Order: sequence, then C-alpha cells, then structure tokens
Amino acid sequence: MHDQTIAELSRGLADKAFSCEELTRHYLERIQRLDTAYNSFISVTADAALARARAADAERAAGTAAPLCGIPIAHKDIFCTRGQRTSCGSKMLDNFVPPYNAKVIDNFDNAGCVSLGKTNMDEFAMGSSNENSFYGPVKNPWATDSVPGGSSGGSAACVAARLAPAATATDTGGSIRQPASHCGVTGLKPTYGRVSRWGMIAFASSLDQGGIITRTAEDAALLLAVMAGFDARDSTSVERPVPDYTEHLSDSIEGLKIGVPAEYFGAGLDAGVGAAVEAAIEQYEALGAQIKTISLPHSNLAVPAYYVIAPAECSANLSRFDGVRYGYRCDNPKDLADLYKRSRGEGFGAEVKRRILVGTYALSAGYYDAYYNKAQQVRRLIKQDFVTAFTEVDVVLGPTAPAPAFRFGAKSDDPVAMYLEDIYTTPVNLAGLPGLSLPCGQVAGKPVGLQLIGNYFEEARLLNIAHQFQLATGHHLQAPQGI
Amino acid sequence: MEWETVIGLEVHIQLATQSKIFSGAATAFGAAPNTQACAVDLAMPGTLPVANEAAFRYAVMFGLAVDAEIATTSVFERKNYFYPDLPKGYQTTQLAKPIVGRGHVDVQLAGGDSKRIRIHHAHLEEDAGKSLHEDFHGMSGIDLNRAGTPLIEVVTEPDMRSAEEAVACARKLHSIATSLGICDGDMSQGSMRFDVNISVRPRGDKTLGTRTETKNLNSFRFIEEAIKLEVARQIDLIEDGGRVVQETRLYDGDSKTARSMRSKEEANDYRYFPCPDLLPVVLEADYIDAIAKQLPELPDARQSRFVNEYGLSTYDAAALSSDAAGAAFFEALVAACGDAKQAANWLMGEVSARLNADERHIKDSPVSAAQLGGLIARVLDNTISGKMAKQVFEVMWKDGGDADTIIANQGLQQVSDTAALEAMVDAVIADSAKQVDNYRNADPAKRPKMLGYFVGQIMKASKGQANPQILNKILLKKLEPKNK
Repeated sequence: MHDQTIAELSRGLADKAFSCEELTRHYLERIQRLDTAYNSFISVTADAALARARAADAERAAGTAAPLCGIPIAHKDIFCTRGQRTSCGSKMLDNFVPPYNAKVIDNFDNAGCVSLGKTNMDEFAMGSSNENSFYGPVKNPWATDSVPGGSSGGSAACVAARLAPAATATDTGGSIRQPASHCGVTGLKPTYGRVSRWGMIAFASSLDQGGIITRTAEDAALLLAVMAGFDARDSTSVERPVPDYTEHLSDSIEGLKIGVPAEYFGAGLDAGVGAAVEAAIEQYEALGAQIKTISLPHSNLAVPAYYVIAPAECSANLSRFDGVRYGYRCDNPKDLADLYKRSRGEGFGAEVKRRILVGTYALSAGYYDAYYNKAQQVRRLIKQDFVTAFTEVDVVLGPTAPAPAFRFGAKSDDPVAMYLEDIYTTPVNLAGLPGLSLPCGQVAGKPVGLQLIGNYFEEARLLNIAHQFQLATGHHLQAPQGI
Repeated sequence: MEWETVIGLEVHIQLATQSKIFSGAATAFGAAPNTQACAVDLAMPGTLPVANEAAFRYAVMFGLAVDAEIATTSVFERKNYFYPDLPKGYQTTQLAKPIVGRGHVDVQLAGGDSKRIRIHHAHLEEDAGKSLHEDFHGMSGIDLNRAGTPLIEVVTEPDMRSAEEAVACARKLHSIATSLGICDGDMSQGSMRFDVNISVRPRGDKTLGTRTETKNLNSFRFIEEAIKLEVARQIDLIEDGGRVVQETRLYDGDSKTARSMRSKEEANDYRYFPCPDLLPVVLEADYIDAIAKQLPELPDARQSRFVNEYGLSTYDAAALSSDAAGAAFFEALVAACGDAKQAANWLMGEVSARLNADERHIKDSPVSAAQLGGLIARVLDNTISGKMAKQVFEVMWKDGGDADTIIANQGLQQVSDTAALEAMVDAVIADSAKQVDNYRNADPAKRPKMLGYFVGQIMKASKGQANPQILNKILLKKLEPKNK
C-alpha cells in the first residue's frame, strides 16, 4: 500500500480494496519499525489516528465520505494541534499543548484525513539541514549519513521513506522545496496568502507559507485543494476562490514558455545538479515547451536580503516565548530579568539565538536604514525581476538547491555556507510567488530537485507542468534503498 | 529671571469598542482577571491579529473632530520591549504612518480668551495588560483583560504655556472624545490617561529647554499638580546651577510628589518595524465621508446651541456642554421640567456637589433626569419650596423614588391654603406685639429686613411648609401700619 500515491489510495479506499483502518495501521507499523533510522517524527499519535480511521471507515460505509476521507497524513510540528503537543522542534515548546487547531489542520480534519503524527523540523523552522531540532537530526532516507534538508526535513524524509503518503510543511526561504529536493519528493510552496497562517507558529510572517510534500504533483494538486483558501483570522490570507487543481493536470504543455535564469547556473552550482537540470530542460523541450534564457539580475542579493528580513521578523515573533504564560520556564528565577534571560537562554537553540541577535541588530537604532530598509528595497527589486520575467515567460525553471544533500556536520560551523543552500529558493519567498520542487535525477545516489517558479496564484499551472514531466519520466518513482 | 513653561501632551484615549483592536475578546472593564483575554491576547503561538473596523471608525471620528488630515493609508508597526503585561513582547502601534495627521483644538481660558493648540498626530494602538504587585506574596500578578484594548494616542505640539492651558486642553480632548461617544471618559478607570512633557526656558528664548515626561496622569487635578510641581523643580534646579535631565517621571497624587522612573540613557531601543501580520490599511474617501456625515454634535457647537436655544450664559453653557453625558442629562432635564435656568442651577449646584462627593460620573447618577425634572416641576408649581426640594432630592439620591411620592410620604407639601396661613399669621402677630409695633413704626426701607422675623416664626410653626410667596403677601397685608 505504501507505494501507492494518494490518488491511488483514494481509489483503493473507494473500491474497498482496503479499509482506512488497515491503511492507517500499515503506516503506523512502518513508522514504528523504520523511523528509528530516520527520526522523521517528533510525535506519533497512533491511538487518535486509529480512532479517526475507524470513523472514516464508518463514513465511507455510510456513503458520506469526502474523496480524501481516511487518507493518512503527517503534519509538520509547526502546525498547532488541539490537545496534542506542538513543539516547533524546540525545547521552548516541548511542553506546549495548544487549545486550538491551525486552520490547515482543521482543513485536513474536515476532509477526513487521518493524522499520523507530527514531523521533525529545524527549531522554529530555522535551518536548512534539520540539524537544529531539539529532538535530534532527521536522517536522509537516501543516505543516512546525510541531511534531509530543512527546515521541513521530517516531512520530506517521512514521505521519501513511505512512512506517510504526504506531509504538510512550511516554507519561509526554501523549507519545503530544499528538503523535497534532497529527499527526492515533490514539494509545493503556494503563493503567499494562499494558505492560512492561523495556528502555524510564525518564523518570519511576511515569508512563511504552508504547503505540502507528496510523491507526485497529482497528489499535491489533491491536497492543495484541501489546504488552500481564505481565512478571516489571517489578515494576509487572500480572498480568492480555490480552483480544482487537478482540472488542468493533463493539459498539454506544447508551446509553454519556460524561462531559465542565467543567474541560477553560475558559480556554486554542483556540476551533477547542473547536468540533471539541463536534462530536465531537454525533456521539457521534447514535450513541446519553448526554452528561453532570462535574467533575474538581483538574484545574488536574495540571500543577504533574506537573512536580514527573516531574522528581523523572527526577533519580534519569538519575543512571546518569555517563560511567562506557556512553554519552557527556567527553574527558580530570582527576578524578572533572570526569568527572561534564562528561560530564553536555556529554551532556544544556537541557530535561533543567532537569528534573534542578527534581527535585533538589524532593527536597532542607527542600523535600521542600512540593514532592514535596504533589505526591503532589495526585496522590491527581486520581486520586480520576476514581474518582468513573467511578461516574457510562463514559468521559471532552475535547480532547487546548489548541490545534493551534504553530510551531517559539513556546514554546521559555517552559517554562511549553510545559508547559501537557500540561494535559489529565497528569491521566491521574497517575491511571494509559488514554487515547486520535483525530482529530476540523482548525483551519486542522492536525489536532485528541479525548481519551477510560477506567477502569483498559478499553482494549477505549476502542477500541470510538473505532472507532465512526471508522466514522461520516472524520477519521482525512485525510492531509497530498502524502502 | 523670568521663566516660560512649555508643555505638550500625549493622551491615551481608550476606545469604547465592543471587542479588542486585534481580537474578538470583549473590552468591558471590571471582569475577573484574565477572563477577557483570548488566545490572540495571550499571544499564544500561531495566533494572528485581525484589525477591528470599529477602532478605525472611531479614530477617523476623532480626526474629523479636531479638523485633522485623515491618512488614507496607515501602517501598524511593532514596538519591541519585554514586559510581562505585554504578551507578544511588542506593542502593535503606528509610527511613520499614523491614521490621524495634523489637526488642532481651540480651548477657552479663564479670562475668556481662546487659544489654539495644534495636534501633531493621533495614532491607533493596543493597550497592554496590567501588572498587579500586591497580594501575590512578593510576586506579581498579570491581568491581561486590558491587553489589546484599542487606544488612540493623541500627541499635541508643545503649544501650552501653563498648567491652566494644559488642563483646558485635556478637558477639551476629554469633551470631544465623550461627545463623539468613542470613549466612556471614565478617567478613574484609566479610560483617558495623560503624559505631560514639560520644559522651561528664559522668557524670550526661542530654543526649547530639556524636557521631562510625567506619565500616566489620570485626573485633571493631577495634571495641574504634576505640572506645577515639575515646573518649580526645573526652575529651582536651573537657578541652583544644575541642569534638567531628560527623563520619565511618575507623579504620586496621594503624596503629591514625583520621582524619576528612567533616564534617557536607560530608555529602550524599541526597534519599530512594520507589522508583517497586518497589511497597510487603506481608507476610501467614501468611508471617511460617510463618517463625517454622521458625526455627532461637537462640544463647541453644543455650547453655542445651549446659549441660543436655552438662553444660558456662556459660562453655564460651557459647563453644561463639555461632557456629552452631562449635556444629554441637561437636555432631558429641561424637557422634563420645562425650565432651562432651573435645570442648569440644579445640575451645576446640587447634582454636581453630590456627584463630586460620591466620586460618581453623571452617567451613573442615581437620580435620573425624569426624576429630577419631576422634582423641579413641584417647585415651579409651588407644591414645595426650594429648600424642601433639596430635602426631597436627598431622599431621592439615597433611596430613589419619584418626587410626588416622596413629598406625600414625608408630608412636605407646602401650605398654600390662604385661610390656614392667615390663621398662623394672626397667631404670630398676636404673640409678637412688640415686633409688630417696631415693624409698623420703622422706616419703610428697613421693613423688608424686619419681615424675616415673622417669616421665621411661621416657618417654624408650619415646619417649613408654608408657601413663602403666599405667606409674604399675607404678612405684608396684615402688618401694614393702620390708618396711614
């Protein structure tokens, strides 16, 4: 069963080839047996999952079930789940049980999906390797000595290892696409505002966007329809109807204009990754697409701008974790300052502290214009690059990450090298565009991801373009050894 | 050396919206601690703010009332600092793009002069919760009911030159806010709080002296006292060769002393930046126009109307029109009793004295306009005397009830029956031969004064219930010297 896509599982449930409970038990058993090797889950909620699966079976028997009723799914531990611990990968929230659900969780619950548990992640979604989790690193199912990418490393790894057919994730600077790339799965970051951020613990509010990791574009289309939609509780959510994302999956891409930015193939790109992406470009040509070299001239400024804006926002967003109302509190604080200093000093990990410090500095009197304001100006230029590009092409194509998954510890002592992992993904967040990563080959047994960047709210088109590639190729069908 | 005082105000006005500025929690005052704070107010992880339209409407009303520019685009920013009653670790406020731009108010001064005070801007923001430092055995309690209550902060230019001007400006802003109905005006509950920036300079100097800020004054009296104290302190300091240090000060109204809270060096770097959870708010011209059309009557207009419509003096009209609830009470009272002058006298006399004594606002008056109107009507139709009316009013204030019932229960009706009064007069005249003689033989110009003796005697005999007008007539007639 675990080799099937969600589209196939949904048909299997409808045809009574297996029950929701059987399906759920199958995945729970796999998690229990295999996840000790990957550490992709922080919490597994087996009892709740089985109860929900049995209810789903009853709904299916009664004929009242929605198409995805009984489909198991894992949720990134950044989405608040009522009555179930939501840690955000941090010691700070190790004891935090929200009294409310994230909108995304409600949406999947209402669709009848069965939550298997909460996936591992870099603390507060800050990281590109999943080495920053309080619950230990996630191991890449393709090479357990290597990182799965981050911050949604648990979500990407559990889908790659077939421990869940899909997992929710979030993407602030590449946190869906880069781990999807490193784990050989399909990851979609929707347009900013497409998916509600209510109940999704904030890292950088103007960049954070919930999305989905699946094995195929078709599955992503099915699940995005569940996830997306306006939410009055999120002021940045966009009031706009949610289309049927599967409707245009089968459309031909004959005549599609694909823009390939010259800046995404410069120094720093691994030769093997470059070759895999070139091969994908040839594949698209074979499918009838027109390839056009374009320029996104401010691409090289994305990482520095991102690493000012995101830390600046996080420095304020994480102020609420003060040991006063919930979460970690130090033992025996001697006064208020001590309570703050030790609760935060002991509750946050090194990378989170580094970003809070960077952000605080960037917003400080005398530095604000040079850093925060300048970064916002750069952000507008980057957005303008894309707006200009989309007057000429339908979609932008390039690598997702500069190289395949690296070994644990390889970049731990060099934050800047780590941040350059996000060189191709951060521009998309700064511009607020939808982006998708799908497998397009391997380098030395490790997957390579291809990134597609669409115009605002053109998720359906991205999914169509990815689906056509997956119909024509088998990269997305590859599984790690032993799975 | 002659010194000039320079004062600017920062006024926090709590908006009387039903719910908070960024959440659906209620804003009512006085609920049990932390019962009016939802997940958003508690800054639970993953929660997000949604701006309350009513707060914008109220801010626009205020802006229009002070003749200010209304910003079509306003932006919320985060003001970062740590404090336990600030759950998010930042206050959501406006800085670079406030909703209300430059405006002004005109204030009346004691000499009858009017002065224009410029308003620099007014911005929308959320209030913090409250830290409670008593009753927690050396620890502090936090009540987040107030967290997220909408405020507008009004910042004036340093246009005031005395405590009197500052208080007049504060009263005017209070009057405008309550007249608009955007604030309940209850200063004892913190609905309006004033920060006062004060500096002094040698008269004639163009540059401003170093200022201090005295924070969180919640009564007009405290504003006046705090300013006078701080001005004297600054002048003493400079004259003794010292210099004023820029600092934040706290005034204690009980001990009538002030102390330094923090100096400029200790001030926070608030690291303001635009709040990414709230998009810039754009107000259409139609929205602002619609609010302008429905703007309630403002204090200045009401004052002129009271002069014209009720024939009040400017002084009375100003006193009765400044507070919206007071003005409404006055108009209801006039409607109930039909006599504006009597209504004004009662309100500015008995009612005001009782309210002050009980530390109550007129909207919480235990005596309604209808009740009081009924009482005044009984004075006007001579059922009771003015003096009796005060007795009835006391009963009404303490125990309630309408005038007629109280008058009947207490047997306070005036004796207006001529025959009965004549009998009393005859009896007194019979017992007071000497006084009658004196009266009759006195210079006519002195007689009115001497009449008091007889009135007193009869009032005593009638337990105060003799109708004074009728009694007067009878007395004059009966005491008239014979054969002249």
